Amino acid sequence: MVAHLLSLKWRLLLNGFRRSPGQLVGIAIGGLYALGVVATLVGTLVALRWADPETAHTAVVLGGAAAILAWAIVPLMASAADMTLDPSRFTTSAIPMRQLLTGLALAGFIGVPGLSTMIVALFTAATWWRSVPAVLGALLGAALGVLSCVVLSKVITTATASLAASRRFKDVSSIVVFVPLVLMGPIVAGVFRGVSGSTGYLPELARTVSWTPLGASWSLGGDLASGDVAAAGLKALIALATLLALCAAWNLLLKRALVTPPFSGGSGKRGGKLGLFGLLPATPTGAVAARALSYWIRDPRYAASLIVVPLLPVIFLFQSAQSGSYSMLVILGPMAAFVLAWSIAADVSYDSTAFALHLATGVRGIHDRLGRALACLAFALPVVLIFAVGPFFLTGEWGWLPGILGLSLGVLFTGLGLASIVSARYASTVPLPGDSPFKKPPGNVAQTLAVQFGGMAVLFLLVLPELALVIVQSVTGDPLWGWINLAIGTVLGTALFVAGVRVGGRWLDRRGPELFAQLSVNR
Amino acid sequence: MNVQLPGPSLNSPVPALALRGLAKRFGGKIAVDGISLDVPAGSFYGVVGPNGAGKTTTLSMATGLLRPDFGTAYIHGVDVWAKPLEAKKLMGILPDGVRLFDRLTGEQLVTYAGLLRGMDRDVVAQRVGELMAALDLSGDAGTLVVDYSAGMTKKIALASALIHAPRLLVLDEPFESVDPVSAANIRGILDNYVASGGTVIVSSHVMDLVQRMCDHVAVVAAGRVLAAGTVEEVRDGATLEDRFVQLVGGGNQTGGLEWLRTF
Repeated sequence: MVAHLLSLKWRLLLNGFRRSPGQLVGIAIGGLYALGVVATLVGTLVALRWADPETAHTAVVLGGAAAILAWAIVPLMASAADMTLDPSRFTTSAIPMRQLLTGLALAGFIGVPGLSTMIVALFTAATWWRSVPAVLGALLGAALGVLSCVVLSKVITTATASLAASRRFKDVSSIVVFVPLVLMGPIVAGVFRGVSGSTGYLPELARTVSWTPLGASWSLGGDLASGDVAAAGLKALIALATLLALCAAWNLLLKRALVTPPFSGGSGKRGGKLGLFGLLPATPTGAVAARALSYWIRDPRYAASLIVVPLLPVIFLFQSAQSGSYSMLVILGPMAAFVLAWSIAADVSYDSTAFALHLATGVRGIHDRLGRALACLAFALPVVLIFAVGPFFLTGEWGWLPGILGLSLGVLFTGLGLASIVSARYASTVPLPGDSPFKKPPGNVAQTLAVQFGGMAVLFLLVLPELALVIVQSVTGDPLWGWINLAIGTVLGTALFVAGVRVGGRWLDRRGPELFAQLSVNR
Repeated sequence: MNVQLPGPSLNSPVPALALRGLAKRFGGKIAVDGISLDVPAGSFYGVVGPNGAGKTTTLSMATGLLRPDFGTAYIHGVDVWAKPLEAKKLMGILPDGVRLFDRLTGEQLVTYAGLLRGMDRDVVAQRVGELMAALDLSGDAGTLVVDYSAGMTKKIALASALIHAPRLLVLDEPFESVDPVSAANIRGILDNYVASGGTVIVSSHVMDLVQRMCDHVAVVAAGRVLAAGTVEEVRDGATLEDRFVQLVGGGNQTGGLEWLRTF
């Protein structure tokens, strides 16, 4: 039975490749990245063989504890947690509990994260290649530690499965996750500075952690290498007890999960509130804009692309504070304009097959395009204006304001126009409605990347006039060029916006059924 | 069965829906193999066929969702593929297996469908209220469609198809996962609609339902029309289900599986 579960997981992985070559490319890129990380870590572990025992012990214990924490937290944040072997799918198969647990746990190793963790953990034996007991201890510790990682992640996902099944939780959590992810740079830099300021503190921390479930298993090799058999024995017991306790918890949770399917319910709400549909003009364009704006607020996939925007100034302010110069802040406006405008480049793909309604009602392509673009513009324009003007209160170089404003508006309008064409012509692979924004979308990722990057390249060409004027102004130092830029950016941008909406609308009219067929493939 | 049909519309020269040589190929598989069919105006028309017979593909091509490789469709004489906007004004469709804009509330979704068709806000508001009441959805009008049950989702999609009072309704599997009370409810609405001169096309697996509900039927299998006409003509004295099995073939493999009786 255990073998069956393992081969099932393996088969699912392989069939995933067979479905589309794009997926193979995607996993190959992910695999290469993982390979790089694994190689670096393995190299470090081997190099630590010649370090003094104290340093090696500190590095291994803290690294291992971080790995366990990561296995606990990452699946919580990313609903993309590997659910290919979702226990609830085995409800009807009557598999003995013990075998199900063993099978699912071992299947956790099949896949990039599982394999990488295992390989790196086993190489701690190289670090402790100093005596026979140390190597054996490191191997035992690695086995216990990696198993704890996998079982812990299973415990967490099973425990939160029913919580995670509720739509509201999914919506909120999938967005909140983006915050630390986007702020990764400042966070890492902050931690790094804190750590480098107080390295003396680390060995002490490692010694403490090594007595906790997080670090006990990773400490075995180091303790045996320094001849502290008693400590090693005790820590082995701690590690073993941790693993057993995790297994027991998982067993309990799984038993409960198998008999209580996720509950979803809610009480009905009477109508009467049309929201934006009552506010915006009762025309096809107004209706499309109202629908799009409702989705910007309610659909986490849209909200996820928006959450980056308020975080942009945080990142830039952090970097400016470090370098002491605020002049970089002026690119906030153009940057936000680009992010916001390009966010509708896959708008129809986000609709998925719900686009059938547009096709069935025979809404004109230009109304569809204009409604979506105006919905985005409704919040993008104020945000871009604030982001473009705001930095000058810090830098005080007001001579640059017209030029930057021109570039920002040019990028915003040109981008919206181009995005209107791209989304009318190409269906991108995006997470399906209701899925986490993190989930790997089905379909041909390679084509999507080609379209997205191709589109961005074209956008770059289209805003070259504005960019050139910024350069001219910085060379000549004459603010007149800034005012010219403001005029050019507004006029050229608006013209390209109108052209984009018209061309996209015509394409949509002509190729609506073909676009719908593309969307139907990826549902 | 519904017999009080308005006579003249049945004999009217222009059919509500006319398919002419519709064909579609997906890769190497021919899904629809040259279907021609006349659906008389004012009829309640059932399209039945086994899984994979090409029902959904045919209806998609007839309603402008899927471009045919050959042939075309006419709605009350308007070519769907030459004048799509004009043809789409005449029909309301309920496609099978497509998503809805389910992050809208029920009444927002139906309102959206009305406004997309360029209807007046007040007319839309009045009709949405009446549709929600008729389909017994008033209590959930403000709930997001994503939180609806499968049957409620079908009903809200039907409401979106009805909002502009079309002359032709094309419903793909309208009764799938709808509870009996709601199904009777929907049938009542459709019967009234046909009685007042509208035309309904439904596809279904449930022969009983089609025999009771429809006055015309077409049997489709392997992308071809095997039989079409009034229900009486097609079933030819037998029940529709027996006639269907006879036409489509198969269904006589009750032998084998002896072990199933040995517990």
